Amino acid sequence: MTPRSLTEWVLLGLGALLLALLPLGLSEFYSGLVTSAMIAAMLALSLQLLVGCTGLVSLGHAAFYGLGAYTVYAMTPAEHGLSLLMTLPAAALVAGLAALLVGALSLRTKGFFFLMVTLAFGQMVFFIFHNTKLGGGADGAYLMRPTLSVFDWQLTLTRRQRPLAIYYLTLVLLVAMYLALCGLLRTLFGRVLDGIRINEPRMLALGFNTYRYKLAAFAIAGVLAGVAGHMYAMKDAFVNPALVGWHRSAEALLMLLLGGLGSLNGAVIGALAYTAIGEAAQLLTERKLLVEGLVILLVVLSLPNGLSGLTMPAWPTRALRRHRSKPAEAPEVGRHG
Amino acid sequence: MDVPGLLAQLLNGLQYGLLLFLIASGLTLIFGVMGVINLAHGSMFMIGAYLAYAVTAHGGSPWLAVPAAAAAGLLLGAGLETGLFRHFYARQHLDQVLLTFALILLFEEARSLLVGNDFHAVPVPALLDFSVPITAHFSYSAYRFAVIGSCLVLAAALFFWIERTRMGAIIRAAAEQPEMVDVLGIDARRVHVTVFAVGTALALVAGALAAPLYSVYPNMGDGFLIISFVVVVIGGLGSVAGAFWSALMLGLVDTLGTAYAPRLAGLVVYVLMAAALLWRPSGLFGRR
Repeated sequence: MTPRSLTEWVLLGLGALLLALLPLGLSEFYSGLVTSAMIAAMLALSLQLLVGCTGLVSLGHAAFYGLGAYTVYAMTPAEHGLSLLMTLPAAALVAGLAALLVGALSLRTKGFFFLMVTLAFGQMVFFIFHNTKLGGGADGAYLMRPTLSVFDWQLTLTRRQRPLAIYYLTLVLLVAMYLALCGLLRTLFGRVLDGIRINEPRMLALGFNTYRYKLAAFAIAGVLAGVAGHMYAMKDAFVNPALVGWHRSAEALLMLLLGGLGSLNGAVIGALAYTAIGEAAQLLTERKLLVEGLVILLVVLSLPNGLSGLTMPAWPTRALRRHRSKPAEAPEVGRHG
Repeated sequence: MDVPGLLAQLLNGLQYGLLLFLIASGLTLIFGVMGVINLAHGSMFMIGAYLAYAVTAHGGSPWLAVPAAAAAGLLLGAGLETGLFRHFYARQHLDQVLLTFALILLFEEARSLLVGNDFHAVPVPALLDFSVPITAHFSYSAYRFAVIGSCLVLAAALFFWIERTRMGAIIRAAAEQPEMVDVLGIDARRVHVTVFAVGTALALVAGALAAPLYSVYPNMGDGFLIISFVVVVIGGLGSVAGAFWSALMLGLVDTLGTAYAPRLAGLVVYVLMAAALLWRPSGLFGRR
């Protein structure tokens, strides 16, 4: 679901402006936290394309996120960072190709089967990084950050300026990703994905090769997750297998459910809210997982349309939205899929 | 290649595969009848293992571990079904996934609160704490033989229950045609509670049997859960016979892989899954 009214666009513009002004009033720590939240928002946006738009619930999406980060690690020499113009496309490409391969196999299945297969492939990537020396093993590894340079020219930053540069780069990429997905969902391609979510057999009957559309969506989502992973590596200058693990995939799903399934705004709101809740939980208690578990239970039990479902006007679109948030398959298609 | 070594690995693989079957059969039964996926099934395995640890650490006989796990599993399964899962059968996949993911987090936190985050060894029953000589130079742990035997007995009982009893017939019918079972006036809720309780108990028993072999440690359910998923994918979702054969195959392949090609260990299983998906996307024993 993309923004439809002028008001929504104005609100979004104000939101972006607010994010752009935030570092002026925040300490370095909290600016860093907002950077992390924006990176999470990119991951959530990429997953929304699969889960909310196409109706494909993947539990292995962190694999492509992690691959993006590990690509930066693998290509960067130990002495100096490489240009962003090399690392960002490389991370996107590697993650996209991996998604193409995993998608080609897992999209042969449907429903819960798809979920388990994506989970298994995600864990396969996890084990590759965890058990081999390819990426520093179980402990992870530090890396040299990508630099902001074009050919011979390089933007030199002081230690204090660098987090700010990364903040704005992340914001620009997030806005670009949001607008690109908006554009994509309004094309025929986006409509077909919509159709697949609502009733895939009907789309097949209309003559669409749904497998190809789903594979394209899976690969695009992989590319975008790779971009998010790249920004993670650039911000933290560190990679470890937890980036790829299925807990990260489940967290991304939770962000979508928290923010609202199917809407791009929901993905961003969910990611920001999730990061804020995580931080607040850490301030309150040592037991972050306990809070996380309880939040999930609360959201699943009481907020079927997520936070953005709360703020939207209750009238005309409500019935429509409720219909849209239902599972992709029609009952007669068979739940054993 | 030395023959006793290979024989030991084959027996280890058989034992691992049979344990996987106990976990995967519950997963596949619960999915087949209720159409719900339970990510917290790995936590059930973990609870079974920690129960065995708790029983023995408090001076109980190791023989009590398995019956205690079975009883606790039946109760826990029935409780979870009536208290929670029952309300989620009609919800979308994402809700079910996140709900059961939340359960994993909560069970792990409970484990950490009650027992802490250390590794703990669990003793083997004294009566089984010896090695069975097979040849002059090779002997094999009696406890592992006992695990293989118990798993085979449980598997046979499970097949008999599903294929030969009235309840089993209802369960098979409910997996095929849930509406028809309702129309015949059979109380679906009773079927659901039973299946959930039995599936959960199988996972707890697997955990209790496995505890002396693998010791108990945080997040131990995760690894077993994911391999069980691979078992279910290869075997065919909802097929108990499929789960049996694919669990045995994966147990042997994974164990032999770890022994003879440690670099590839862990990967072989996923390559097999990819191959199975290419060949038959709905599993080797899937209905469709």
